[in-house]
This record gives sequence, C-alpha cells and structure tokens, in this order.
Amino acid sequence: MKKLASAFVAGLVFAIGLGISGMTNPEKIIGFLDVSGRWDPSLAFVMAGAIGAHVGAAQWALRARRPVEPSALGLHASTRIDAPLVLGAALFGLGWGTAGFCPGPALVDLVAPSTAIVTFVAAMIAGMVVFRAWNHRAGIPAPGAQPTSPRAAASFES
Amino acid sequence: MFTPVTSLIGGALIGTSASALLILNARVAGISGIVGGLVEPRRGEVGWRVAFVAGLLLGGLAVAWLVPGSVVPRQGVAPTAFIAVAGLLVGFGTRLSGGCTSGHGVCGLSRFSKRSFVAVVTFMATGGIAAFFVQHVLTKVVR
Repeated sequence: MKKLASAFVAGLVFAIGLGISGMTNPEKIIGFLDVSGRWDPSLAFVMAGAIGAHVGAAQWALRARRPVEPSALGLHASTRIDAPLVLGAALFGLGWGTAGFCPGPALVDLVAPSTAIVTFVAAMIAGMVVFRAWNHRAGIPAPGAQPTSPRAAASFES
Repeated sequence: MFTPVTSLIGGALIGTSASALLILNARVAGISGIVGGLVEPRRGEVGWRVAFVAGLLLGGLAVAWLVPGSVVPRQGVAPTAFIAVAGLLVGFGTRLSGGCTSGHGVCGLSRFSKRSFVAVVTFMATGGIAAFFVQHVLTKVVR
C-alpha cells in the first residue's frame, strides 16, 4: 500500500512538473528540436532542472547498491551500446520530432483530449504491443527481465 | 517562447519525482518503461505502475487547473496520419532502446550511463531531422 501511495504521488508530481515546464505543449518540443528559425532552448532547461534534482539520488542509489539487481530496478538487461539501443532511440526520435510528444507528456495531455493526442497515445500503445509480439518471437529477453550473465548483473555498478 | 525559469522549476519537480520513485520504490521513473510494463505485465509489477499512471493523469488535471494553458486540447503539429505513425515509432522505438526522454534522458544521464548518453544523442539528432523535415518539407507538400 505504501509503495502504491509513493508511486501515485511520484506520478502526480511528475505530471505537475511537466505541465509547469511547458513540455505538455508539443509546439515547445518542436521549437527545441527544429533548430531552424526561432529556436526555443526551454527543453534543455527542463533537462538541466530534472538532472540537477535527480543526480544526487541516482548516484546515492549506485553507491548504496540498494537495490543491487538491475532487474529489480527495472533497468534494461543489456549493458552494451548495441544495435537495439541505437536503432530504437533513432526510431523514437523520428516519432518525437514528428508529433512533438514523448510518452510522459502524451499521457498527461490525455486529460485534455483532442484527435491528435488520442491518436498518438493509441498508436504509441499499439507500437509497444507490436514490440512485445516481435520481441517474443525473436526470443530476446524483455527489458527488466532477469539478467542472463554475471556481466549484466554487475551493470548497475558501472 | 523561451521559458527558462518555469522550465527549470518544472524540470526540478520531474527530478524530485524520479528521486522519490527511486528511493521509495527502487524503480526508475522512465515513462515508456512504466507503460511498457503494463503492456507486458509481470507479477508484482502492475500495481505501482497503475498507481504512477493514475498519479500522472490526476497530476495533469491538477496542473491544468493550477497553471491555465499548461494542459489544454492540442491541435497537433502535423497531420493526423503523421501523428499516428509517430505514435507507433515512439511506442516501438522506446521499448527497443529501453527508454525515452525520462528513462534515458533524466534518469540515465543522472546515473552517468553511457548507454543512455548514446540514446539521448541519437534521439535528439533524429528528432531534429524529423522536426525539420515535417515542419518545412512534408507539411508544405501535404498542403
């Protein structure tokens, strides 16, 4: 119950942060990504504020090794810079730069429904379902699955 | 419009939320991972995700009220067909690379993760290319 309450409050604060930062407005995302014309560097300030407020806790968690297992944290099983990482990030960027939505702001914007946001979120979930089907077929362990090698288990320390 | 102060404050709240989830729940606040875990449910990994998403939605309603104009119906920056393809790419791509702007961007960079650094550089680059192409080339062709 405590875990549910903390997750709920974390989600609540996350959404309020997104709204205050302006990131729920896809025009601000495009204003950052499209460097031609009037460039809007706001997104970099959001990242700076977020990393500034999180780096202490993240580094503490690395040092305290609590939790030790990357899988327990829901971290990716892979520790290498590999093709899925780069290809997946490239595809994500193409979608992000096209619509101006990434997963967090898209879910927050869902409370003010429009054709654009409902279409985007439905397609995003469909994309995750397609990944699930494709991934199971390929036999690759799902993100957050038990690490298969000691190297993977040690990944969180590096 | 450049909004350095509110963006910094909003960002700090996002980072605080990620810290709370890491310390209290020992989980990484990556939104694509949280939602992806609901698409691929595993025992003991559903409840907190539902609670987080519920908080995200209620937080959306709260901030819509606190900061007028922050959460309003969005028209979309590209034609709806493009938005649909973009959604598919975001859903598939974030699951393939294991993170999005929050998971790789905020949380990964805070861990000084090399994987996340590569992911962020990659999605910023392709995001820039897509934004330029859609805003300046494709939309003119469609119109």
